[in-house]
Amino acid sequence: MAKYLLLKHYRGAPASVNDVPMDRWTPEEISAHMQYMQDFADRLEKTGEFVDGQALAPEGAWVRYDGEGRPPVTDGPFAETKDLIAGWMIIDVDGYDRAVELAGELSAAPGAGGKPIHEWLEVRPFLSAPPTVTE
Amino acid sequence: MNEALLRSLTPSVLGVLVRRGADFAAAEDAVQDALVEAVRVWPGERPRDPKGWLVTVAWRRFLDATRAEAARRRREDLVHEEPTPGPVPAVDDTLQLYFLCAHPSLTPSSAVALTLRAVGGLTTRQIARAYLVPEATMAQRISRAKRTVSGVPFDQPGDVATVLRVLYLVFNEGYSGDVDLAAEAIRITRRLAVAIDHPEVAGLLALMLLHHARRATRTAPDGSLVPLAEQDRDRWDKGAIAEGVGILQGALARDRLGEFQAQAAIAALHADAPTAGETDWVQIVEWYDELVGLTDSPVVRLNRAVAVGEADGPRAGLNELASLSDTLPRRTAVAAYLHERDGDLPKAARLYAEAAHKAPTLAERDHLTRQAARINADLRN
Repeated sequence: MAKYLLLKHYRGAPASVNDVPMDRWTPEEISAHMQYMQDFADRLEKTGEFVDGQALAPEGAWVRYDGEGRPPVTDGPFAETKDLIAGWMIIDVDGYDRAVELAGELSAAPGAGGKPIHEWLEVRPFLSAPPTVTE
Repeated sequence: MNEALLRSLTPSVLGVLVRRGADFAAAEDAVQDALVEAVRVWPGERPRDPKGWLVTVAWRRFLDATRAEAARRRREDLVHEEPTPGPVPAVDDTLQLYFLCAHPSLTPSSAVALTLRAVGGLTTRQIARAYLVPEATMAQRISRAKRTVSGVPFDQPGDVATVLRVLYLVFNEGYSGDVDLAAEAIRITRRLAVAIDHPEVAGLLALMLLHHARRATRTAPDGSLVPLAEQDRDRWDKGAIAEGVGILQGALARDRLGEFQAQAAIAALHADAPTAGETDWVQIVEWYDELVGLTDSPVVRLNRAVAVGEADGPRAGLNELASLSDTLPRRTAVAAYLHERDGDLPKAARLYAEAAHKAPTLAERDHLTRQAARINADLRN
């Protein structure tokens, strides 16, 4: 089994095919989208492939150490950031092909006009622990 | 129900051990062990004196642990200092435990965790699940909290206000899985109300009951939020409302108003309205005035602006908003609502979308996005 992170971006991903902001959808289209996402997560739980899913607020800041005895420096909110993560799902699957298959399904979630969003999702493998058998 | 009985006995059993001279941290561990043992043994035969049984088992566990510790340190003298087990004293130390678990030296998250375990009798695993953190993390949080309060004298009187803040935090966390924290908070607050006669304790209990009564109607089957005005009032829990109102009236009659009583009074006025349209907004605004006087919190002022918008019209509500900071959470959502009621739909839609962007929870974000979508769809047609 291998873990993959499916990353959804507020900004930074290539534009999706059906690129309409959600507040321009109809309420029914929003409901259909939510239901699709919920069903997707439920299905992965049943197949034993779901690990975690979280959403992030769009606001945040950069923070770094600024030397002994000083408070950390902060820079934000993220106005200048090109890449902004909206949330993630972590899946534990048999391999890369399955991870891509699932990301494809997630990207097919319906949006404006009830048509798939075709949103670009980032698929990133976890670096795992070293195997027991090495030779 | 064994589990409910066990949990209700937890604080007084713990109090007995501490009064006999056990230090709080070790006693708390011993009581948890005894609870686990009871869950294993009681289904076969529940003892005639459950509390006495728990005290005996917990005390034995405490002695075993103390001996093991003493042996480990090769300090045999510790054993000789053990007080001998005596009869269970009549005095109930439940109240002292509430004070200790909400001690001002604890951070809010530590106080919440310790209260749920030592007063509420929940297991570390249940608390961890309720707060969605790993069990090991919660175990560490609880043992650090116990170390923090280890030097606090057990019989030192505490501040009821700190206890109420902790219980309010537990209640507000709501429901996130296995453990119903709102119901748990009500149970613990109910016991506090028995242990101490205090109008604000009654006020908080009334507030919890009145909000809990509406819970089933606050979310739709698909998980989306249902605003107060659209809730199915026939499905509100009338028994909980009647109890909450009764408790509140008893508290208010004592003429020592506090913020929880005032909040409960507002909740009671909502509960009292047969339909949203019949809500007594004028009286609600008066209670918000009392609350502003008691707390002067910007959150209260924001809620007051909503009430003013209902009592005196959306323009009046928007006037109230003008003096509140843009950075105040949910201010944009309130502005969107008031502009919609004022008939400025394009502005309302834009503000709803902006409020969704700033929303602190997923449910609110979805709700606000739907509001924007609803108005935009109407504007297109």
